[in-house]
Amino acid sequence: MDFNFSEEQTMIRDSLARLLRDQYDFDTRRKVVDGDAGWRPEMWQQFAELGLLAAPFSEEDGGLGGGAIDSMVIMEEFGKALVVEPYVPTIVCAGGFLKHAGTAEQKSEHLEAIIGGERVFAFAYAEPRGRYDLFDLETTAKKDGDSYTLNGHKAVVIGAPWASHLIVTARTSGDRRDKSGISVFIVEKNADGITTRDYPTVDGRRASEIYFENVSVPAANLIGEEGNALPLIEQVVDEATAAVCAEAMGAMGVAHKMTVEYSRQRKQFGVAIGKFQVLQHRMVDMFMEHEQSISMTYMATLKLDEDEVTRKKAVSAAKVRIGQGGRFVGQESIQIHGGMGMTDELAVGHYFKRLTMIDSEYGNVDHHLRRYTSLSAGELKVAAE
Amino acid sequence: MNLEFTPEEVAFRKEVRAFIEENYPEHLRGVGAREDLSKEDMLAWHQILGEKGWSVPAWPEKYGGTGWTSTQRYIWSEENARMDTVMPLPFGVSMVGPVIYTFGSEEMKAKHLPGIREGKVWWCQGYSEPGAGSDLASVKTTAVRDGDHYVINGQKTWTTLAQHADWGFFLCRTDPNASKPQEGISFILADMRTPGIEVKPIITIDGGHEVNETWLTDVRVPVENLVGEENKGWTYAKFLLAHERSGIAGVARSKRGVEKLRQIASTELLDGKPLIQNDDFLSKISQLEIDLTALEFTELRTLASEAAGKGPGPESSILKVKGTEIQQRLTELTLEAVGHYGHPYFRGFPADGSNEFPIGPDYAHQAAPSYFNMRKTSIYGGSNEIQRNIITKMILGL
Repeated sequence: MDFNFSEEQTMIRDSLARLLRDQYDFDTRRKVVDGDAGWRPEMWQQFAELGLLAAPFSEEDGGLGGGAIDSMVIMEEFGKALVVEPYVPTIVCAGGFLKHAGTAEQKSEHLEAIIGGERVFAFAYAEPRGRYDLFDLETTAKKDGDSYTLNGHKAVVIGAPWASHLIVTARTSGDRRDKSGISVFIVEKNADGITTRDYPTVDGRRASEIYFENVSVPAANLIGEEGNALPLIEQVVDEATAAVCAEAMGAMGVAHKMTVEYSRQRKQFGVAIGKFQVLQHRMVDMFMEHEQSISMTYMATLKLDEDEVTRKKAVSAAKVRIGQGGRFVGQESIQIHGGMGMTDELAVGHYFKRLTMIDSEYGNVDHHLRRYTSLSAGELKVAAE
Repeated sequence: MNLEFTPEEVAFRKEVRAFIEENYPEHLRGVGAREDLSKEDMLAWHQILGEKGWSVPAWPEKYGGTGWTSTQRYIWSEENARMDTVMPLPFGVSMVGPVIYTFGSEEMKAKHLPGIREGKVWWCQGYSEPGAGSDLASVKTTAVRDGDHYVINGQKTWTTLAQHADWGFFLCRTDPNASKPQEGISFILADMRTPGIEVKPIITIDGGHEVNETWLTDVRVPVENLVGEENKGWTYAKFLLAHERSGIAGVARSKRGVEKLRQIASTELLDGKPLIQNDDFLSKISQLEIDLTALEFTELRTLASEAAGKGPGPESSILKVKGTEIQQRLTELTLEAVGHYGHPYFRGFPADGSNEFPIGPDYAHQAAPSYFNMRKTSIYGGSNEIQRNIITKMILGL
């Protein structure tokens, strides 16, 4: 057992922290997210130059030979600075699909461009009626000779306005809630028949509703097995979930620190409010939630490569605690900041908003508690037989 | 970063598992640690481990420690929890032992450490007083120097299992004029058979006799029983409390408790089906297990940083708070699971030797008493509110 970071990971963390301190301060970020583009392609280029986009890929695939722990280190720093650029959709999701199931042609077509920072992806999986069930799909892909024809509506596709390519989950056979008959495709966003409606999200990012109307996708763009992609999707989404857990632990740490600092400065009744025991103990509870989030993120990240049940239970356990911890830390941060916590001007509210949105990303507390429970019940059943 | 056990650690687990299976006393198997065990039964495993050289793993090797890594110690506690063994009591091994080998004289070490290590001498802790619980520094028990002796007068309380104790360690005020309450306290050892020491039982809400009042009236103790320097006792007391907190998380035991709870819930029925199939109950177990995982990995991180050379720090307060909360929730859920049969009260059970057919399933007998008893965990060892004060001061810097 070893909880130390490698030299490379420490180097990535230090250089990224320096870059974000110099170029990603709160005021700069606010101007960017309020601007037309909503992100900085030139910042994405700098991430590429630092090797962040190459970090979790094998050397064979043109990467630096790291893995999920490298993404965890990066995402924690992103969480501290509320970075909006699409690392999870492009590197963890699209990169994950290509890494696990991409053909040699697909890898050579996309991975170099992803790692070089030239190609940005979005992951179109959610649907208006599917909630958090990855298999609940109404988008269809019909085989038609050498191509598939896509029809459907994908909801809240994070980072889609910035993307040139999409990863799309669709049903190639079966009924809406069947677990088989699901396939994954690489789709160029400017393909004929795609229309998008772009909008900002409450936590400073951008997303799109994406409509597919008889969109023709070459058969060569199918990733993994036709009709049997659910296990692959679950694996990639688990990896993405671990990554947003790391982002949440970064954001929680900052929200807590800001709150403690504020309680030192702010005076009421002639004393710093940090002297009040009732507030002290709440800030200790925030500290404990943050510490436990770190523990759970490490745990889940380290178990991503284990067998399917172990991986799913680990990720769900982490997402439950992070959802609960993030909500607690976020709400207490606002409360202890008092009226100032309600203002858009202060950074703390923006951490609260991001932490709130992370809960419902890739399944909220209730969803993951249910998944954890049904996996435990499954294990018991197997043991009994 | 990785969670893998090395081949050496895998071999170590095999070795300790085999040792426990071969040597754990037959008649104690499946019984678990209970306050109503006899003194001999409570010491049995300790004495076997003493002979093996495994009774004080965390001590420095020159005093009989095993030199195990933190991972090995983690494996050791897991394997013991697996068999539900009655582990060596903390009063000697994790409390006064480390104080003696850290601050005591060579004579004191030679006199007391072997008895603690071998499980031959039973120790009790004289810290709390009727007026000094969480505010430990306000101790009023006095020790007055008289020639080669200290004369101790006062009253201690919550003295756990003092009814069996051979020796006790006591916080006493030696300088009543000290400028701060923390100053002027000394850490003194006493033979419990010394005239003037009287131990009276306190019966707790679970009906058990676990704690006592200890009255000290003109108790004459030789001056060589003073640990370290006079009036420096507060330093040693705090050192002891930090040691007491580490290991208080009880992760391995709680994991075993969750397994037992699942077994109970597979037997109990709700809507005519096993309780374990009920979604509401299952999600309570899941939440408990998830929180236990968070505690486990927080402890592993703490152990790793201790292994990197940092002693038990204020972070161990998290382990105390979360560990005790989980122990309490576990007994609460167990009581919930047993339903009606949480009600019957077995006065003196099972020491009354009665042959009457027991009422309700065996697993239900201790459900309510355990739940009542475990309320103590968030109060002892520095209440969970005191732990939050410690984190406030030492980590948040407020």
